[in-house]
Amino acid sequence: MTAERIVYMDHSATTATDPAVVDAMIPWFSKGYGNPSSLYRIARESKKAIEEARNQVATALGAKPDEIYFTSGGTEADNWAIKGIVSANHKKGNHIITSAIEHHAALHTCEYLEKQGFTVTYLPVDETGQVRISDLKDAITDQTILVTIMFANNEIGTIEPIAEIGKVCREHGVFFHTDAVQAIGNVPIDVEAMNIDLLSLSAHKFYGPKGIGALYIRKGIRIDNLLHGGGQEKRRRAGTENIPGIVGLGLAIERATARMQEQNKRISALRDRLLDGILKTIPNTRLNGHPKERLPGNLNVSFDFIEGESMLLLLDHFGICASTGSACTSGSLEPSHVLLATGLPAETAHGSLRLTLGAENTDEDVDYVLEQLQKVVTRLREMSPLYADHKKRSCNV
Amino acid sequence: MYSEKVMDHFMNPRNQGEITEADGVGEVGNPTCGDIMRIFLTVKDNIITEVKFQTFGCGAAVASSSMATEMIKGKTLEEAWEVSNKAVAEALEGLPAIKMHCSVLAEEGIHKAINDYRVKHGLEPWVEKNPHSHDHHGHEDETCST
Repeated sequence: MTAERIVYMDHSATTATDPAVVDAMIPWFSKGYGNPSSLYRIARESKKAIEEARNQVATALGAKPDEIYFTSGGTEADNWAIKGIVSANHKKGNHIITSAIEHHAALHTCEYLEKQGFTVTYLPVDETGQVRISDLKDAITDQTILVTIMFANNEIGTIEPIAEIGKVCREHGVFFHTDAVQAIGNVPIDVEAMNIDLLSLSAHKFYGPKGIGALYIRKGIRIDNLLHGGGQEKRRRAGTENIPGIVGLGLAIERATARMQEQNKRISALRDRLLDGILKTIPNTRLNGHPKERLPGNLNVSFDFIEGESMLLLLDHFGICASTGSACTSGSLEPSHVLLATGLPAETAHGSLRLTLGAENTDEDVDYVLEQLQKVVTRLREMSPLYADHKKRSCNV
Repeated sequence: MYSEKVMDHFMNPRNQGEITEADGVGEVGNPTCGDIMRIFLTVKDNIITEVKFQTFGCGAAVASSSMATEMIKGKTLEEAWEVSNKAVAEALEGLPAIKMHCSVLAEEGIHKAINDYRVKHGLEPWVEKNPHSHDHHGHEDETCST
């Protein structure tokens, strides 16, 4: 009974590693296994591979290679950026500014620092999920040392006004970190033009391997280490380098950046067709996030009268991989902090569905998801007391 | 994460629907917290001859409604009152810890429907023997957490 067809529309969660990336990584497991800190030839080759990947990452960001530091992923990069800046600059002030819709890697780090005695401002967002520049300006004080605001949101796909935020931070002499985990390969990034001081990224979001990421740190910025130990990464990030991962990250970011324009065009067209289809065929449905300033593959919609987890279970039964902001999948009782921050009522947030399209999705996938989604929503609404009440209200009008 | 039994009752819910002329109706939960259960009973000679449910909620909420209604069908009101949330969860071959409140909702929904019947028939409502106020997540309050 279970469908054999799998339609993966959860690219914001993770992506399949590009086979070309896997091919590039394989030699660095059993052949090029030398520790880059050693002196002999196979070690020198490892070192060379790392530096080539560093160049690839720097090129993609408009940075210099010696401003790129490899980490175990986006979470470590966010932790390092925020804790490291705050720790090295606490004599200048004790105030951090972030947004209400950050990924937990940044949000929980800020909450932790709040417990350590720092003051944190959580900027609100408008109904599309964007922070207001005027709010940012109002929040900056002479105690502010760091602004950390994500480049693009993982749930609703909203792209933040990063260049404007960077400009304000530069004018006020405040460090600006951005979690760009969702943006790489989807939005053009230039750390110079956008006045970004620190930027986090993670390879598995753009067809690279899991367990590897990077932090861009503008040259000359005072930042403390997160991990203490050996002298790797110019004594800033201890631990023997994950060479296959680093090589994979380098190639993945190069490929993602090279095909960004063509991919964005194709994927956003698929996404728009899916959205139009949903809004046209399923009543009592709304789009969450920004109508235009959003990631090309991101679609976040709320269906009235039904709950997200049961939607996911039925979609999974039909081979469709998706995600929701309902509390029932998060392990907590509160629905998504992102959807609530955009002003959505909790019950609408419970009925949200995130579909994130990517490289392997096709027109047929869109047709299939549209067809199954209509069935799933109808089936759950037929079961729902809220829908029963809605129907009765409609009849009485 | 769910047992096969939960998935079976979620995919093929028993007794889903509405009884328009129900003898007793019970509704528990609230939309803010992401789950609402409505239980409809037809009672003849003190026996539940028909039972239906409507549920807005997660897989465990739907499966708990389905299983609980199966368990009380054909029972006397006294027997149905004794069907506990633990019995519902056990019949479902277990629920994840965070989903236990779904089985509590089912028990409370049934109790409410039975008491609705009793009040309509001029009888005293029965009193909850083991209030679950610490067992679930305060579905009556606005914050969904206690």
